Amino acid sequence: MKRISLICLFAVAVTVASHARTLVVAVDTALPDLKAAVAEAADGDTIKVKKGYYYSYNTLITKRLTIIGDGYPVLDANYKEEVVTILTNGVTFSGFVLKNSKTGSMRDYAGIRLHKVHNVTISNNRLINNFFGIYLSDCDHVSVIGNTTSGTGTELTAGNGIHAWQCHDVIIMNNYSTRHRDGIYFEFVKKSRIISNTSERNFRYGLHFMFSDDDLYQKNTFRNNGSGVAVMYSKRIRMFDNLFIENWGSSIYGLLLKDITRSQIVGNRFVRNTTGIYMEGCNLMTANNNTFINNGWAMRILANCENGTFERNNFESNSFDVTTNGLLNLNKFDQNYWDKYEGYDLNKDGTGDVPYRPVSLYAQIMEQIPQSVMLMRSFMVNLLDKVERAIPSLTPESVKDINPKMKPWTR
Amino acid sequence: MDTLIELSHIKKTFGKLQVLKDISCHFESGNIVSVLGPNASGKTTMIKSILGMVIPDEGDIRFCGARVNKTFDYKKYIGYMPQIGRYPDNMKIGQLFDMMLDIRNCNKIPDTDLIEAYRLKSMYHKPMRTLSGGTRQKVSAALAFMFNPDVLILDEPTAGLDPFATEILKQKILAEKANNRLVIITSHILSESEELADTVMYLYEGKIKFYEPLAALQMETGEQKLGKILTRLLTEEHV
Amino acid sequence: MFKIAKYIILDIIRSKVLIAYTLLLATICTVIFLSDSDVIKGLVSITTIVMIIVPLVSIIYATTYYFNAAEFTELLVSQPIKRRDILLGEYLGISSSILGAFVLGVCLPVALFALSATGITLMVAGGLVTLSFTSLAFWASTKTRDKSKGIGLALMIWFYAAIIYDALVLLFLFTFSDYPLEKAMIVLTALNPVDLARIMILLKLDISALMGYTGALYRQFFGSGTGIAFSVSMLFIWSVLPVLLALKIFSKKDL
Repeated sequence: MKRISLICLFAVAVTVASHARTLVVAVDTALPDLKAAVAEAADGDTIKVKKGYYYSYNTLITKRLTIIGDGYPVLDANYKEEVVTILTNGVTFSGFVLKNSKTGSMRDYAGIRLHKVHNVTISNNRLINNFFGIYLSDCDHVSVIGNTTSGTGTELTAGNGIHAWQCHDVIIMNNYSTRHRDGIYFEFVKKSRIISNTSERNFRYGLHFMFSDDDLYQKNTFRNNGSGVAVMYSKRIRMFDNLFIENWGSSIYGLLLKDITRSQIVGNRFVRNTTGIYMEGCNLMTANNNTFINNGWAMRILANCENGTFERNNFESNSFDVTTNGLLNLNKFDQNYWDKYEGYDLNKDGTGDVPYRPVSLYAQIMEQIPQSVMLMRSFMVNLLDKVERAIPSLTPESVKDINPKMKPWTR
Repeated sequence: MDTLIELSHIKKTFGKLQVLKDISCHFESGNIVSVLGPNASGKTTMIKSILGMVIPDEGDIRFCGARVNKTFDYKKYIGYMPQIGRYPDNMKIGQLFDMMLDIRNCNKIPDTDLIEAYRLKSMYHKPMRTLSGGTRQKVSAALAFMFNPDVLILDEPTAGLDPFATEILKQKILAEKANNRLVIITSHILSESEELADTVMYLYEGKIKFYEPLAALQMETGEQKLGKILTRLLTEEHV
Repeated sequence: MFKIAKYIILDIIRSKVLIAYTLLLATICTVIFLSDSDVIKGLVSITTIVMIIVPLVSIIYATTYYFNAAEFTELLVSQPIKRRDILLGEYLGISSSILGAFVLGVCLPVALFALSATGITLMVAGGLVTLSFTSLAFWASTKTRDKSKGIGLALMIWFYAAIIYDALVLLFLFTFSDYPLEKAMIVLTALNPVDLARIMILLKLDISALMGYTGALYRQFFGSGTGIAFSVSMLFIWSVLPVLLALKIFSKKDL
């Protein structure tokens, strides 16, 4: 009996599903644009938009629909409005080209806006020349997957590529963001994940956290942005296996950390950045198993950072390994590989017998007189550093790695 | 006898020391001139001025009538044997001769009399730095005569040469004179000058004390030996 | 001129000093590359050594050779050759010999072990430093009358350029740190061939750090090709100007 009722229930469900319709939008038909189709459709329907060029002046998605572009139809707001706004839970929006949102300082016009919704999936869209790309406010359990967004490319009228405000449990995956202000921006976003995205050539940051806690970003690439990633006023951010590369220029960092606590930086690679990691007012940080290659400064840690742990990192071919503006007594460096280490290992256990002091005297001089950058690698500077290693007195006593490794960690 | 070299009012100062004080004179072809004088009398400076190695402060030097200031072509017609011949250490004698032939670009047949007389060919493979002073002098002499120059300037040519080599050189000098060449020799050895010279120039403190044919000097003083002639002339002067 | 250069090269090739210099450089480079698996680190070590040894040997060897060849020079002057051609021939011969030693001693190992943009920059910078210091050697030699004074002057030039110049610049920076010093720094760099060569290598090795500098002039200097173009052309001037001055002195010099 029970089994029969289950079967009946299943049958009912199938019938309801089969009642869902598929509406097709195409140019010069009864459904000439998305707006008309949304008006026509009911919750649960699918809208297929055929390849073509459509104008979309802030089309509101107010029903639970699956909206799919067939052959990347173009939705153009012609600089007058936003392109699409999703206001209902459970929407899937996929396969469109969204262009030319309005720009301006009054509102954050976006290619796709999501407001107060959950269980929405935005996937495989191409956003071109919008003020903001994908804009999430007050959302949860939203997936943004496989989209590319290219901003206006002018610094004054650039918004963020993927912007999330007051959200939780969001997943941002496999997206590409460029020519925006921030590639990805999180403000008051909790328990969310950012996986395998690429942000490059954005004006400000590749990825930016403000007041966001318990988030994870992993396996992303941040290349040649105003800075790679900035994490500010946030707690418990996990930063795993990312690549920070060629973020170049004055005040430009691979990873900029400001006033954050209990966060982990593990397994990342920092390559050819002006500064690999910059830390200011950070507490209880862990930076382990990272690799720093060819950076100007591998790490700049201001003296107001406390209780940091820096272990098993590789420092190779950086102009400077660690610099600071004061003392770093309350931070711990251990078992890192420093290519500038010149100590010996008599008992052959792979660990150097004398500690390594990563803050060089010349780095201290650079701190005072930045113009002395011109003297880098000169005989005099080498001599100063050698003398300093022999008679350490000027570099902060605390910054030392007691167990420097003789060979780099293999990763 | 043609005038080959003409010096007029040559002055030269090294630092505070005036080495040549208004020297004017002629040198003619077919003539052997012996330039005498005590040390630091200006002999070498005068020779070097003619060769363009020292640049006079004032005055003209003419070669066959043409001013030679800062030109170099006239040196084609001059063979010079320095007081001390020093050459690149690792160069071999043979290479040195080849090099000189090469850089002088001479199309006349080189005069190899001295090379043969001194048997330098057998030493062609020896590097210059291994040679004795005498052998180097031989090399220098051979080089000076090599290009059939109209003028030969020999600075202390026999210093360091053994008597046989000296004799060979003397014969060569006389032979060149016979070819109507001009030979200018500085020397301390009076007997040698006496033997070779037609004309004697005596320099003293940068001035030409006298410059006359040897025969005339002999007549004047009634002495045969150059040493006595000099003593006579110079003491007369001072008295 | 070329004939004289040719014979000087033939003479120098047989000299033990230059062969020793070549072997010394080659040994240093090979040992560094073999003992360190990190090629870039090896290049850094070689740069440090090259910036000391190459100027020293170039200037001292050229000065010594010039004075040892003084009588030979006299002999050449007594020949129908222009003084200009004699000195230029000597410069050409000596500088190309020392340059050859550098090519065999440094460029060859670097090309074998570390052929990269940085490696090539090191080769070019080292080569230009060789030429600059040979050129300076000619200036020092013609400027002075005897060998001991000449070598003394050459040693002073080396000591000044390779060792104490940077200390003076650092002192200068400390003293005037309150003033904008960018322009002054670039000018000061141009006044020392060792610094110019070092900057060339910096631009390859440490561009990440150099880009961190805030001043507009430095940014322009370090970014784009300006810095490299500037350094190379200044080094060319250093290779040519002293020898031209030497020519001027030599044309009036009594031998």
